[in-house]
Amino acid sequence: MSDVLPVTLFTLGVALLGTLLILPGGVALGWLLARRRWPGKALVETLVALPLVIPPVATGLILLKLFGRRGPIGVFLEHTFGIEIVFTWKAVVLATAVMALPLLVRTARVAFEEVPPRLEQVARTLGAGPWRVFFTVTLPLARRGLLAGCVLAFARALGEFGATVMVAGMIPGETITLALGIYREVQLGHDGAALGLLAVSVTLAFGALAVSEWLLRRRAP
Amino acid sequence: MTLELHDVRLRAGEFALEVEAEFGGRATGLFGASGSGKSTLIEIIAGLRRPATGRIVLGDMVLTDAAAGVHLPPERRQIGYVPQDGALFPHLNVAGNLRFAERRGSGAQAVFARDHVCELLGIGGLLARRVTSLSGGEQQRVALARALVSAPRLLLLDEPLAALDAARKTAILPYLQRIRDELGLPMLYVSHVPEEMMAVCDDMAVMHAGRILQHGAVEAVFRQPASLEVARIVGVETVQPARVLEVRDGLATVALGEARLAALADGLPPGMTNVLVSVRAEDVILLQAGGAWQTSARNRLAGTVRTLTSEGATVRIELDCGFPLVAVLTRQSADELGLAVGGQICALVKAPNVHLIPRS
Repeated sequence: MSDVLPVTLFTLGVALLGTLLILPGGVALGWLLARRRWPGKALVETLVALPLVIPPVATGLILLKLFGRRGPIGVFLEHTFGIEIVFTWKAVVLATAVMALPLLVRTARVAFEEVPPRLEQVARTLGAGPWRVFFTVTLPLARRGLLAGCVLAFARALGEFGATVMVAGMIPGETITLALGIYREVQLGHDGAALGLLAVSVTLAFGALAVSEWLLRRRAP
Repeated sequence: MTLELHDVRLRAGEFALEVEAEFGGRATGLFGASGSGKSTLIEIIAGLRRPATGRIVLGDMVLTDAAAGVHLPPERRQIGYVPQDGALFPHLNVAGNLRFAERRGSGAQAVFARDHVCELLGIGGLLARRVTSLSGGEQQRVALARALVSAPRLLLLDEPLAALDAARKTAILPYLQRIRDELGLPMLYVSHVPEEMMAVCDDMAVMHAGRILQHGAVEAVFRQPASLEVARIVGVETVQPARVLEVRDGLATVALGEARLAALADGLPPGMTNVLVSVRAEDVILLQAGGAWQTSARNRLAGTVRTLTSEGATVRIELDCGFPLVAVLTRQSADELGLAVGGQICALVKAPNVHLIPRS
């Protein structure tokens, strides 16, 4: 029971980092999918949605093969920057980020699609270039949906298990999140400790979802 | 400042736009049914759509030259654009909307300064309001103001009154006339309402199926449609300058030479005496002369048949009632009345069908 607090803080930190990591790219991708036609769009769309439909463990395995010591990205990172990913806390961030990305991109896409293109066009005629239009018209009008997308991604990251256990393993004090902790305590027969972690993760997830619902409901300014 | 459009073409599915025109007036109307290409042309001029071919020049500024690969982005054209719904930014209040567009610095002309524009459009009291709390008419005035404070060289108005009810339309028209008269800013005004054309524009281009069929002074186009097609599109064939003699109980009496017509006075600014009278040819009813029946129509005019022109199932009749009045009847009606050139006839027009358009 004594490590409920560090595990909770670690989980929150990892989920936050994972969400922040995918935020710029996820929002940009959502915009590209909502507003532009480009070659390979359908492929990228499918790739991003993949973690939603294949077993999380399978996503974890793919990440392990890519980022592992002999994986192409893993080799590159180790040789160039001396960074090791798998079976460290960075792998936890990686897994949560990849698993949360589809939710962020989809919500961002819908949020951008709901901004009337006419407003952006008029903004252009009023002298604003594409970047200014994006930051002063599109982004503010899509902000609720984007925020809700972030909260959803964050909530997904909080509970991530399958992919994490695959790339990060279950190393006490190094890669144990709330979800991994629950599994581990049950395996060790510490049902009381598992229930404590369960209560914390239910509370966190409930809070995150409530915030996202609230943001989506009061959409009209 | 002239706007030249050379060989501007655009194809979108079944629709093909092909325009060759030169607009040089203070206010030019683009007139046509929906789907005729008016809005597409406006969007091309604003830089929101790229034509397949053509060259567009505003004054000394080349906006588009497809052959040379030139396509100035909308933000560098200095062209104000007000669509039908105004397209105000809902996340900003009125002042925020204006601030977004304001052009500061040495290049800005005083007439486009915010205070002046707010005064011109009567929106000074709305600055702190949320745009979602504005009425339709107020939203359009703010949208106009926002376009003006961007100090445009040309103003594009795409059916700015279409979403408003009749009373609000009448309330906004004077503002459009003030913009035209006081700012020296050329306007392109899109509409399918003849009365708006006459109230706002000096000249007009009639569009149909992506082409301009006729371009000329507003009164000339309505009075002398260049073709049967144009006549069908514009619908109005009697347009005459007139003087308001009196207004009583909401009914105005106007003089056209010796003739007198009764018309509804709503929308007529008080003290306005110079007006244009417009009557749609299909709103004129003909009776045999000498008939003594009592009718509800306010206007009963004795006239002489000047010309009879067959146009398919209808006949176009030009009458002399002290002023030229055009009527369109079915061929059967014309036959039954025994109409002949030189014959005497009686014309009926209901007062609500006599439209008065203020002339400044």
